[in-house]
Amino acid sequence: MEALDIARWQFGITTVYHFFFVPVTIGLIFLVAILQTCWHRTGDERYLRLTRFFGKLFLINFAMGIVTGIVQEFQFGMNWSDYSRFVGDVFGAPLAIEGLLAFFMESTFLGLWIFGWDRLKPSLHLATIWIAAFGTVLSAYFILAANSFMQNPVGFAFNAESGRAELTDFMAVMTNPVVLATFPHTIFACFMVGGAFVAGVSLWRLMRHPSEDGGVDDGAFRTSFRLGAVVLLVAGLGTMISGDFQGKVMTEVQPMKMAAAEGLYEDEAPAAFSALTIGTLDGTEPVLEIKVPHLLSYLGTGTWDGEIRGINSLQAEYEERYGPGDYAPNIPVTYWTFRAMITAGGLSMALAAWMLWTTRQGRTPSTRTFAGRWMLRWAVVLPFLPLVANSFGWIFTEMGRQPWLVFGLLPTSAGVSPSVSAGTVLMSLIGFTALYGVLAVIEVKLMLRTIRGGLPAADPPLPEHDRDPDAPLAFAY
Amino acid sequence: MELTTVWFVLIAFLWTGYLVLEGFDFGVGMLMRLLARDETERRVLLNTIGPVWDGNEVWLIVAGGATFAAFPEWYATLFSAYYVPLFVILVALIVRAVGFEYRHKRSEIEWKRRWDHAIVFGSVVPAVLWGVALAGIVHGTPLDADHDFVGSLADLVTPYALLGGLTTVTVFITHGAFFVALKTVGDIRHRARALGLRWGAAAAVVTLSFVTWTAGRDGDLAVWVAGGVAVAAFLAGLAAAGAGREGWAFAGTALAIAAVVTMLFLALFPDVMPSTLATGTLTTTNAASTPYTLEIMTWVAVAFTPLVIGYQAWSYWVFRRRIGVHHIPS
Repeated sequence: MEALDIARWQFGITTVYHFFFVPVTIGLIFLVAILQTCWHRTGDERYLRLTRFFGKLFLINFAMGIVTGIVQEFQFGMNWSDYSRFVGDVFGAPLAIEGLLAFFMESTFLGLWIFGWDRLKPSLHLATIWIAAFGTVLSAYFILAANSFMQNPVGFAFNAESGRAELTDFMAVMTNPVVLATFPHTIFACFMVGGAFVAGVSLWRLMRHPSEDGGVDDGAFRTSFRLGAVVLLVAGLGTMISGDFQGKVMTEVQPMKMAAAEGLYEDEAPAAFSALTIGTLDGTEPVLEIKVPHLLSYLGTGTWDGEIRGINSLQAEYEERYGPGDYAPNIPVTYWTFRAMITAGGLSMALAAWMLWTTRQGRTPSTRTFAGRWMLRWAVVLPFLPLVANSFGWIFTEMGRQPWLVFGLLPTSAGVSPSVSAGTVLMSLIGFTALYGVLAVIEVKLMLRTIRGGLPAADPPLPEHDRDPDAPLAFAY
Repeated sequence: MELTTVWFVLIAFLWTGYLVLEGFDFGVGMLMRLLARDETERRVLLNTIGPVWDGNEVWLIVAGGATFAAFPEWYATLFSAYYVPLFVILVALIVRAVGFEYRHKRSEIEWKRRWDHAIVFGSVVPAVLWGVALAGIVHGTPLDADHDFVGSLADLVTPYALLGGLTTVTVFITHGAFFVALKTVGDIRHRARALGLRWGAAAAVVTLSFVTWTAGRDGDLAVWVAGGVAVAAFLAGLAAAGAGREGWAFAGTALAIAAVVTMLFLALFPDVMPSTLATGTLTTTNAASTPYTLEIMTWVAVAFTPLVIGYQAWSYWVFRRRIGVHHIPS
């Protein structure tokens, strides 16, 4: 393998891995903030115990998000130095602003939240988690604006003398139609993960470890289950609507990606949505194909008869514009990740609706019944469904952008670091993958341990005047 | 002042903030082995930096991001040339941070000991390598006409760069010890001060030689002045520690670190990455972004840097109280 391929694998592995922790962080921090707000408003200890329980799980996850995030920023320069040179004038700004505006906010206010239970007054302490939560969303916007430039470069001019893309309109970069569609889609998808996580964990506790103390813990987990499931459903709806909007933007600015998502070779008007294809996706007649007439036209253009361009005509057009070459992304990868994303996301919503219905009015299905056993199993699977849907969505977006690094401007092969040998990249690929693998095992085990431990004691912070300055810290490493 | 100079200064400022702040984090991490005698003392050490280490590390991320935005050529050349050291630093920072966050999650001795190794490794390695890298940049790197690195690892690890690494690691241990002396009560506080003085004596010698070498090969008066301030501040910090004035001792080492970073950036200017070959030197001019990008970035920095410094300072204020072994919950 060449340095290019290894660098691509490394980016893929480190980024997909990083993005396991990001949606959990963004989704869960808001749910923890909501739980703490409920406690603050009602004084009901149930909410405080839930805040502490999900707060612990949140922090186990957050640590991994931070450390894998630093790698992201560094590897643009390490593995993709020619890319960095080409886009730095445009792409660097949102990245730097993300750090200055969002990362400082997240890390400082989370530090205050974790250690500040007995140092800040309750309303101020509550404010710290909301500020940190706001920071996560702010960070998402800037990084998505940077990514959207790669999908649909705007607000720049190519300078032939310096050989790079140069910023001409910062606001155009920040209001790229792609980021306006991608941002809500990504945030809703993150909330789906947060909701599914809380719902799945709560339902598992409820069914697998019913409390022996007259149902106090059960009552708490029933509340958090319903909160999580409702968030999942509402966010799922938001993900679908924003995804529909995003599909239309994609059809306009990256028609090749839409054609690849469908395995659509010839222009079609009206275009049918391919729900499933058995056989090859190379344009020859497939063995079995299930199609929904007119649907693709609607998804892509918003009209039931709109034309969707196929791979062949786009290939011809791009050859004319950019010279000879293969301008189609990997069709099986784009076709299947697109469907896997929709399936996993949709299934999580269906499960949440089913679980909400089954547990209505205080019911808890017994694990001795057939349906109960299955519901327990699905409760374990539930948090992973929107999570892998996020991964599939990103793999689709990024693989669908190929062969371009910056669409229409810079081929992926031209972005790799010329001074870094394949052996060096391979070393770091193996190093990061091994380290990430070990950390994943540790992280999941800690999560399971914390979940098994159940709800911690409420342990409400003492009012300021009752505190002994020599008493042990409320929270300590 | 030209915007390219403004951004050179700002990046120097971000590195200063990073090394002053994470410098004592690294020091505290290394003291886990050098100072703490038992589990409770190790936990006291960790809790002195617990609420703030993550915010300190963001200075690095912003320094990297600012370099990317303001000097893309510098960012591209630097990160690809220093590939192997940066990879090792990343691994170290990863295991260190996970160590901070996961160590207290279980009570088994074996679990804690493993994370202690991770924290010590994760602190000592970047403490050395940041010094090696910064000194190496000032020393110069073989770059071709396209500003691409054409050397090997041996070109990055020169004697001068190694002395830089020795300087940062010893200074950070001292800085961390004075931080602990400032933030704790009881026996550990006094031992931290004594340890800071012992390591500080060695660090003073190393720093003096590094400053002399740097200023000697550069010759510029400003570099001499910054280097002089570094040595003077460091010695003043040691004197303050000897007199039992922990706040001043910490201020002295903090100022010394800031002055060393200033010295290195003064020695660099107007280059950002000098080449040891006839070609390829990157300067604040040929590495810079367009004036338009720099202008936007300047407005953002002017508006938000004071805010960040404000709330970060506030978080230090919130956690200003000294802690001791009796504060550690069982």
